Amino acid sequence: MTRARRAAAIALGAVYLVSLGASSLPHFDYARQFRDCVTAAPSLGHPLGTDELGRDSLARLLHASRVSLLLAPAAALLATAIAVAVGGVAGYRGGAWDALAMKTTDVVLSLPWLFLLLIARAWLPLTAPPWQTLVITFALLGCSGWAAPARVIRGAIRELRASDALLSAKACGYSPWRVAVVHVLPGLRAILLAQFLILIPAFILAEGNLGVLGLGVGEPLPSWGSLLRDLVNVPEVMERPWMLAPLAVFAAVTGCFYLLTSSGESI
Amino acid sequence: MLAGALIRCAPGFGIDERELDTRLNAGSVSRLRQAAGQGRDLRSFYIGYAARLVRGDLGSSQALRQPVAKLLRERIPVTLATAGAGLLAAWSGALGLAIVTVWYRSRWADMACGALSSALLCLPAAAIGLLTVLVSTRAGHTAIVAAAIGLVLFPRLFRLIRGILAQAMTSPHVSSAVTRGVSGVRLVAWHVLAPSAGPLLALAGVSATLAFGAAIPVEAVCDSPGLGQLAWQAAMQRDFPLLVNLSLIVCLLAAGSNALAEVAAGRIGVERR
Amino acid sequence: MKHFCIGLLWLASGALYAGPAAPRWGGELRFCVRADPKTFDPLLVDDQPGETIRYLTGGVLIRLNRATQELQPELAESWQVGERGRSIEFRIRQGAQFSDGSAFTAADAAYTLKTILAPGANLPAADAFSAGGAITVEQLTPDRVRLRFAKAMAGVERLFDQVVMVSSGWPASRRAETAMPVLGPYRVAEYRTGSYVLLRRNPHYWRTAEGGRRLPYIDAVRVVIQQNRSLELLRFMKGDIDLVDTLDPGDYEKLTRGGAWHAYDLGPGLATEQMWFNQRSAAPIPDYKKAWFQSRDFRAGISSAVNRADLARVVYRGRAVAAAGPVSPANRFWFDGRLPAPQYAPEQALSLLARAGFRRAGAALRDSGGHAVEFSIITNAGNRLREGAAAMIQEDLAKIGVRVTVVTLDFPSLVERITHSFDYDACLLGFSSVDLDPNGQMNVWLSTANAHAWNPEQKAPATAWEAEVDRLMAQEATEPSAARRKAAFDQVQEIAAREAPMLFLVYRHTLCAASDALRNLSASVLGPQLVWNVEQLYFAPERALEARR
Repeated sequence: MTRARRAAAIALGAVYLVSLGASSLPHFDYARQFRDCVTAAPSLGHPLGTDELGRDSLARLLHASRVSLLLAPAAALLATAIAVAVGGVAGYRGGAWDALAMKTTDVVLSLPWLFLLLIARAWLPLTAPPWQTLVITFALLGCSGWAAPARVIRGAIRELRASDALLSAKACGYSPWRVAVVHVLPGLRAILLAQFLILIPAFILAEGNLGVLGLGVGEPLPSWGSLLRDLVNVPEVMERPWMLAPLAVFAAVTGCFYLLTSSGESI
Repeated sequence: MLAGALIRCAPGFGIDERELDTRLNAGSVSRLRQAAGQGRDLRSFYIGYAARLVRGDLGSSQALRQPVAKLLRERIPVTLATAGAGLLAAWSGALGLAIVTVWYRSRWADMACGALSSALLCLPAAAIGLLTVLVSTRAGHTAIVAAAIGLVLFPRLFRLIRGILAQAMTSPHVSSAVTRGVSGVRLVAWHVLAPSAGPLLALAGVSATLAFGAAIPVEAVCDSPGLGQLAWQAAMQRDFPLLVNLSLIVCLLAAGSNALAEVAAGRIGVERR
Repeated sequence: MKHFCIGLLWLASGALYAGPAAPRWGGELRFCVRADPKTFDPLLVDDQPGETIRYLTGGVLIRLNRATQELQPELAESWQVGERGRSIEFRIRQGAQFSDGSAFTAADAAYTLKTILAPGANLPAADAFSAGGAITVEQLTPDRVRLRFAKAMAGVERLFDQVVMVSSGWPASRRAETAMPVLGPYRVAEYRTGSYVLLRRNPHYWRTAEGGRRLPYIDAVRVVIQQNRSLELLRFMKGDIDLVDTLDPGDYEKLTRGGAWHAYDLGPGLATEQMWFNQRSAAPIPDYKKAWFQSRDFRAGISSAVNRADLARVVYRGRAVAAAGPVSPANRFWFDGRLPAPQYAPEQALSLLARAGFRRAGAALRDSGGHAVEFSIITNAGNRLREGAAAMIQEDLAKIGVRVTVVTLDFPSLVERITHSFDYDACLLGFSSVDLDPNGQMNVWLSTANAHAWNPEQKAPATAWEAEVDRLMAQEATEPSAARRKAAFDQVQEIAAREAPMLFLVYRHTLCAASDALRNLSASVLGPQLVWNVEQLYFAPERALEARR
């Protein structure tokens, strides 16, 4: 493992451990409002300052990390898995399967998924815990985010289908399942990883944007999306640059994922 | 029709925010509810819509009280210009950088591009739009919006293109070509880009819908009177006639761009068996 | 020599203290609205941007002076309310012209009023007159118009501030066109959807400056359509726009740190933030919750547990005051200063709740049936101040063992729940009055009305106090004496404070800002806050001559 990948792995592990562990400590209460200490600058008591309701920003960032780092990768995995299934069948089988799958992706790409999310929210009871809403939101994002990756994967598989390695494997009489798992999937590794890595931040940001419609996390539970939504208030960020901390952590985590998964394709 | 069903079933359909105006009496509120309920009967709405569509009448926007055709005529060119320019810029940057990182195999170049794309991936599109407006003092409005859309699309495209090219670099024929002394532009063009044409063209095909998706928050924030801003307003106000037409446009866009990609792939000869 | 120096000094001081320089003509005023106006037909306008455009282009018979809150003659030179509120007669101003040069006469006034009040016309402006029953409009002479009401209408003259006169010679089917002749200081010259509305001076506007030249001073107004508040603020700070009529407290604080502008804190405005419980018997919520919400002691107890002072201090950064009733102190005549200011008192809250049968069981408060007291508060998503207020209420109520779930919904979904499905527990929203007179809130207080938020459209009043409020509102709507009207409405406010159907939380301050280059501004809590006297505004000399892009 290269030094960079080792460092990325350690950093990611540290973020996960700290967010999972520290959020259990009573001092890191993400909901407690220090009402005399609102929008405070970083200090010993509040290392990342406080938000507009006096809540400790570090505590909220740690809790948000726990929420987003578990749910967003899960949703990205779901979307990628569906994309592999649909794109794989379309690219490998071709013919009517291909046509059906691609028409389906066209439809899915053009549907206003926002309304499905609104419908899902309307079905949930109003007193449903915030985490429940969040899980459902990410699940729906995962179920709706596969169409574009499916097309790219299908294109790649169509290319692989004509490769000598695959022809050779078929000639050896391997089962379609073995050919798919042993010979096709490894050939898609770079694309799949790239797609997976794009979907994680995309879903985190989507959850934040959906908060404008009431589809994000409910008070007082924080998520990265809700913290990043504050960055849209650019004048506020210019005055309180420590508001960029969630962005820095988010970008660092995304970068670590990238480092861990990307340096291996180059010869 | 699926889109219409989704919109019809979503909460807030047939609701007019003016119902909360305390100056209105019960009769006025009742009339508002009747007017806002256009599309409640999906079947009759679509029959009427199809009949009008043949005559070129796309209906009337409930929220903006203007013919949908007029709104689309005004706004399509704006989005075509901004999203088109942004997409072109994003593809140029992403393809160029991806080729550089894959070709030179420099860890530092890779890390730098990775850091840049990570940072841009993590910024909300609305924040990118606002920042672009902030830093652009002399550029025209179209250029600002196009730049913002380009910045939103760039990291997604870069990651995917890089992955596709990196995968191609691991092919046996590339090693063989390198061994035979093929290098430079010839190696990249014939042995890396050409075999990657299939997935690259597929990515190009979905880029159009990605660009439209990026245009929605950017246009809403930057106040660009394009389709993206219209789509956002229509969604917020449950403007059924407008949403149905916009869904149709997106569907045509998705189908059209993907079909073009297929045709191009066919001409290049991606499908060899 | 001494006399000469004294004379010179006197002349110099005269020059220094000569008063403001003469107004300069020219320039383009720029400000933002949040959305496209839905129509330019003044009789159909019912949205905020449309009302702003209508204010700048329309002429009315009587204008409410936003600074003094007094009515003043406009296109009507004078008016007379007769028959104890059953009629009103206007004398039309001579010499007023539409923007196309045609004269404005009593025939136009009569035509406009007949159009609005025609049965079946269903125009938004007609709703305000519906309490008058059948209304007849007569043109008595070329310069006099009279309206007769079947039922007396107290304070009817104030309604004409919202009734814009239209030309009887212009086809009704073309009233939404930008070319329609108008009577206001500006006319619509250009409209680009999603971009801006450009207004240019009305060359025949009836008001004149000293010296006889027709107002307005400023040549044009560009109303920019800008949804994003951050961008609006940035553009204001860069000088792209000249004023912001509604500021959030955080943005106001930024502007107070200096710049080429003036930020105004006008004190409590007319807007109130309040929360109410769903008291509708047919609501699809559990019966035990209905029992809670219909209990006065429960509502009063919850009210005592909410820290309004903290809401004002934290969420609104001190730019709000704790609210006691539905009418803000900005409404000078109708505000009831005798209402006790609500205090934050958790112990009193628990004692009121105990009286209603609620007991603390461990960390949770439970009712007599053993149900843990938990409910949801819905509010509109995207409004950071309201979301913050809901989060603070959540924490306040947690201290007395009440578990609150805050649910933010997009606006159509929220409206659906509170007006159609009634599938909600409690709602937190703000109300913004444009009308000082309580008759403008009739649809809120009458138990049969649609805007009776906590239990709308009742066939008969569900409670004795609501029946009493119905009686008092009907009384004040027809009472000709202002003092007696005030007394009746004061009683309504006292009942509301006692029964707490709505928990009034804060009165938000009116915060706005304008460029230093603008002169003759007189900011008001009544909208449009900064351009209510637009014809009197002018730019500093260098801005007046500046060619705008």
